Amino acid sequence: MASSQTWLLRPLQERSTQLFLGVLFGALIVVTFLHLFMPQDSALHVSAYTVTLLGKYLCYALLAVAVDLVWGYLGILSLGHGAFFALGGYAMGMYLMRQIGDRGVYGDPVLPDFMVFLNWDTLPWYWQGFDMAWFAFIMVLLAPGLLALVFGFLAFRSRVTGVYLSIITQALTFALMLAFFRNEMGFGGNNGLTDFRDILGFNLRSDATRLGLFIATGIALAIGYVICRGIVTSKLGRVSVACRDAEARTRFLGYRVERVQLFVFVVSAMLAGVAGALYVPQVGIINPSEFSPLFSIEIVVWVALGGRATLYGAVIGAILVNYAKTVFTGVMPDAWLFALGALFVLVTVFLPKGIAGLLQKRRKAKDDDTATGQEATA
Amino acid sequence: MSIFRLLAGLALAWCLALGPAVATAQVQDDTAQTLLQRLAEANNAEKSKVLKQIAESGDERARSWLEAFAGGKLATVKSSGYVVLVTNNTGRNWQVASAVTGDSMGEMSRRDLDSIRVNNALRSQVEGILSVVDLTVADHRTRRAAARHLLGRVDAVTAPLIEERLEVEENDRVRDLLANALAIHQLEQGEINAIEQLSGSLNSRVRAALNNAASSDDPAIAAAAEKALASIEQKLKLNKAAETLYFGLSLGSVLVLAAIGLAITFGVMGVINMAHGELIMLGAYTTWGMQQLFPGQPGLALILSIPAGFMVAALAGIIIERSVIQHLKGRPLETLLATFGISLILQQLVRTVISPLNRTVVTPEWMSGSIMINEALSLTLNRLYVIGFALVVFAGLMLIMRRTRLGLEVRAVTQNRAMARSMGIKATKVDIMTFALGSGVAGLAGVALSQITNVGPNLGQNYIIDSFMVVVFGGVGNLWGTLVAGLTLGTINQILEPWAGAVLAKIMVLVLIILFIQKRPRGLFPQKGRAAEG
Repeated sequence: MASSQTWLLRPLQERSTQLFLGVLFGALIVVTFLHLFMPQDSALHVSAYTVTLLGKYLCYALLAVAVDLVWGYLGILSLGHGAFFALGGYAMGMYLMRQIGDRGVYGDPVLPDFMVFLNWDTLPWYWQGFDMAWFAFIMVLLAPGLLALVFGFLAFRSRVTGVYLSIITQALTFALMLAFFRNEMGFGGNNGLTDFRDILGFNLRSDATRLGLFIATGIALAIGYVICRGIVTSKLGRVSVACRDAEARTRFLGYRVERVQLFVFVVSAMLAGVAGALYVPQVGIINPSEFSPLFSIEIVVWVALGGRATLYGAVIGAILVNYAKTVFTGVMPDAWLFALGALFVLVTVFLPKGIAGLLQKRRKAKDDDTATGQEATA
Repeated sequence: MSIFRLLAGLALAWCLALGPAVATAQVQDDTAQTLLQRLAEANNAEKSKVLKQIAESGDERARSWLEAFAGGKLATVKSSGYVVLVTNNTGRNWQVASAVTGDSMGEMSRRDLDSIRVNNALRSQVEGILSVVDLTVADHRTRRAAARHLLGRVDAVTAPLIEERLEVEENDRVRDLLANALAIHQLEQGEINAIEQLSGSLNSRVRAALNNAASSDDPAIAAAAEKALASIEQKLKLNKAAETLYFGLSLGSVLVLAAIGLAITFGVMGVINMAHGELIMLGAYTTWGMQQLFPGQPGLALILSIPAGFMVAALAGIIIERSVIQHLKGRPLETLLATFGISLILQQLVRTVISPLNRTVVTPEWMSGSIMINEALSLTLNRLYVIGFALVVFAGLMLIMRRTRLGLEVRAVTQNRAMARSMGIKATKVDIMTFALGSGVAGLAGVALSQITNVGPNLGQNYIIDSFMVVVFGGVGNLWGTLVAGLTLGTINQILEPWAGAVLAKIMVLVLIILFIQKRPRGLFPQKGRAAEG
């Protein structure tokens, strides 16, 4: 990171990043316009429900970008990124719970409803400070970041890689899920945290707040994308790709592989945490099911479908799969798991480079029109 | 005493001859009638004596008379004094039968009958007497149950009977129980020596009696009782530990069963089969299906499910290998994802085709119940069978791996695929066979699991992460490692559970494994040499 002043700006000069940001901001503006200025009965009107739904997709997209950063560029297949997502979400959820104040069912000025229900008389120490927005927002980054730091430090130091690492990450999120299901943990147990009222003083149920959250998510996705792009185009990024392709060789060349891995892993976890934090106020609930291994592995298939090691592919994959999920679960809920399962199989067997791979192939074919022969696979 | 011996002998004879020989055991009908009439006429104190006489009469109908008496169903006909058994006492007219012969005597007006009175003291006396009567039965299980029933229920009337019985009883356990029952009675009478007999027992009634004695006014008795209680407490702890170990081993053997197939496929092909759990589920559903095919014969169905479960899962494994895994050679992470997709499809398939609800698999009679080691420790039979089954499967796999051509080839491919191929081993064929074997074992695990857990679409999911933990903990490509790891994890889990709770214990085990991987990244029994770098 010698060129620390420019590493964040460099991606902005890339055509692909400009294109991505252009499309993203264009979509944000269009949706905002259609929501605010189109009459309610117009076919072009975007309802508040749809805005929130799109906001949810953008959260998933940011999460997918985070997973793509470690999987695509570091070769670590994390099956536990849902844990970081959920931790960020819980940090945000705790802030939102404290904002309810005495408007809860039991009207306790300090304790959230579920604690009153459990007959707790004081706030646990780890809930302290979450009434302040700045503290909560720092925790959104710190909680998943710290977990990733400790976990990554232990795992990478002892050179746990490949399928072993995947399984261990899955065990991590599984363990956390079991833990958060416990009432004694003080995170609302089975029901999680819900019944939020307002964020930073804005009513969460108003359309304006929803639109604001949607736009904030879009901006967060843009920033996250630029950060990831900055990392992968920097020297650090090239070393991490080297780790992905030949870990032992990189180590023999004198690079501290585990440090690179740790850094990228922690950044990715923090991005996932931000995605979770933006997700919670939009869906209005956070509960332990976000920790479920199934969710974490689903994220991976978004990335796989979009195409790994492209970042924008992850965004495409996340939005496509979740749109399909919305449609499927609405029309025929039973078929969704069949479709998802088939997607896993088909993508890995027939579409190893994902949709992004198809796009690249077409562009290359166009470029190579004059040249004969097929392009070599990267 | 002689009466009892005679009675025991006759009861035995009755058991053997089942019928005509019994005739000699009966007292004359008119003698019986006189006895019963005396019972009707006697006052409460005398009744107790008559009851004893009836019990000692040796007539095998005595039991039914006593029961009828305790239930208030004996009555006398006012006009004749004849004793009858009231079989239905609703309404104005009661249905009656002769108490002696059992022949129906039709209906009689309620007014013509006089019920023989019974009170609670007599009723409990009858209970005690009945237990004593049961002590003479040939079947030692009935005798044991009767003896256990007597614990804490011995009174002045039954005590001498038990003393007599104690001298002729041949079964050690029954004798021990009888001695305890007698000792409790003696302790209640304030005999300090009785405590010695009681100090080894784990029975809760014995403990209750000792607890009573511990708060007795006599300091000597109280002290002795305290001491006996302490030694019992010690024994209980030991038994508790044995029980924990048993549960641990049983959970561990389930883990071994679930993980060992995975260890084979992972070890040989380097692929993680996320659908392994669903192959287990298929095995369990095969058991359920077999029981539907053979209704009313759960035992036969279960035994047939062992080969059937193996075949079904192995077939599914071959299909998975041929259709998906072979196309993803050398890309373990993609294989993981693809097989995960398969697991989703299989789960949903079961949900759609069969039912999203759990199915009940019947446990055959010879597998239900438990073996009672002592009062505090009993081993449930189905878990015992699962432990045995796991060991048999393990031994079978060991044999295949060590003693057959297939095992040799599998080991060769595991250690060095390229070299094995250049020696003429068809690696692809070995892949298929290994995958079928590993999947088949998963099916066997399913058959076993169907006996101890719910059979539902999520069955496999619940075991997949645990199975991976076992494989990772034990070290890839080493069956012994899987066995040791599975049993260890199961036992650790059970040890942690009582003071941490089930969920926390599971979390702690997961954290322990993550920490363990720090020390030994390749498990308990890592592969050595070049094979390790894969």
